[in-house]
Amino acid sequence: MKNVVEINKVSKAFDSHVVLDKVSFSVQEGENMVVFGRSGTGKSVLLKCIVRLLEPDSGEIIIDGENVFDLNIKDLNKVRKNLGFLFQGAALYDSMSVRENLEFPLIRHFDYSPEIREAKIKSVLEQVSLEEAIDKMPSELSGGMKKRIGLARAIITEPALMLYDEPTTGLDPITSKEISSLILELQKSLKMTSIIVTHDLLCAEIIADRAIVLEEGIIRNEGSIAELTASSDPFLRNFFSHEIIEEHNRRNNV
Amino acid sequence: MNDSKTQNIKSNNFEKGVREFFIVIAGLWQFQLQFFKQVFIPPYEIEQIRKHMDELGIKTLPIVSVTGFIIGLVITMQMYPVMVKFGAAAYLPGSVGISIVRELAPVITALIFAGRVSSGIGAELGSMRVTEQIDAMEVTGVDSFKYLVVTRIFACTFILPILTIYVIFIAFLGSYLAVVLVQNMTYSYFIDSVVASVTFGDAVPGILKTFVFGFIVGIVGSYKGYTATNGTEGVGKAATTSVVVSSLMILIFDMVLVKATLWLWPTV
Repeated sequence: MKNVVEINKVSKAFDSHVVLDKVSFSVQEGENMVVFGRSGTGKSVLLKCIVRLLEPDSGEIIIDGENVFDLNIKDLNKVRKNLGFLFQGAALYDSMSVRENLEFPLIRHFDYSPEIREAKIKSVLEQVSLEEAIDKMPSELSGGMKKRIGLARAIITEPALMLYDEPTTGLDPITSKEISSLILELQKSLKMTSIIVTHDLLCAEIIADRAIVLEEGIIRNEGSIAELTASSDPFLRNFFSHEIIEEHNRRNNV
Repeated sequence: MNDSKTQNIKSNNFEKGVREFFIVIAGLWQFQLQFFKQVFIPPYEIEQIRKHMDELGIKTLPIVSVTGFIIGLVITMQMYPVMVKFGAAAYLPGSVGISIVRELAPVITALIFAGRVSSGIGAELGSMRVTEQIDAMEVTGVDSFKYLVVTRIFACTFILPILTIYVIFIAFLGSYLAVVLVQNMTYSYFIDSVVASVTFGDAVPGILKTFVFGFIVGIVGSYKGYTATNGTEGVGKAATTSVVVSSLMILIFDMVLVKATLWLWPTV
């Protein structure tokens, strides 16, 4: 299988605070890679570097054979058109209805007729089970619904690569599990490659093929979720026990 | 001891203020360079410009209508006794007309526009920035600067002159009302007197400078919003500082443009 994303020795610091320190890993076609780590360990920064919302201080990020930092803005946008990004807060456009949010990437990048656009919007809303929300404004949606619509907007262009920034943060355990299962379902049906940044062990257990653990800007561990949770490494035991306690607290609304 | 501490804090605050002022000026300079670099490159986002012009015009119309009417009324009421004193009551419509066309309508409309629109743009773009909506746009391969900023600046630049022309006529109505309250005069005589007094050198510079004022309102609001940080606090700051900076810049540029106008079209 070919590598869809290759991250080579990427470093990023904000003033004197090093967030990423020569981070390297690759993601194969069709693989779901989970990035674990405590708050402030640079997980979201890594995702933003992948789509060049942030420029790393050094290193390279190769998507489909092209270093995104060597591309001019026109070529970068061509790469961006082929990827989807689910933001932590869904980042739906406030001034647009759900229909307009979903229509936006289609109008900007494709010459579809209004009928085809409408069919695509309905199909993607059906996939996230929110057909009735089509004419609602983002302010009328709950947190879980926003995430679903954000997901629908990200997949409407059928991207080859999906990036998820904390897809289940702020959701109750049931909605969180639903979103995780939905992500896995969509991955399978659309055959996408994914990088998922999360704290949520349950979400990772459902989605991940492989995971890495970031700590103080470096990759501390790498492996399947089963391997990582069964590891005798004191750091991992400590990290996952905290995650399990937090998960337990979340489930019991403590 | 306490006095020197207070003085140190005051001096630090002053230094911080001066530094921030120059950072804003440098940022605005960069921002306007980026605007001129992007404005001529397609796609031109005509639909977005039209939408923003509609919104900005409708949003500001009621308040500029009321203000324009009151300004015309009040300036006439203030000038009438003075003109009578000098035996020049017949020149009242002309004098009021010149004041409104040259200065009052352009500057007051621009200041109201700044208060209403610049803060709105600052808050809207600031909120989009801190909730990652601008990032979301970038990630889908859409140039957010062109889509959100260029269109708003363009709309502000071209809607303000239209609003100003409208305010001039509304102010004339207010002025006429003030005149008929104190003396018998027909509207056609009033307008004829205004038209006879207001020359090309009065009207054109007055309208032309509103393009500059509109550009200032658009660029300051967009800059403060587009570069907002620190969550909701940053959004609030973007909205309020947009009004302060754009109002101040309008007055400074008015001073410069009046001087330039008098040099190009001498009145004496």
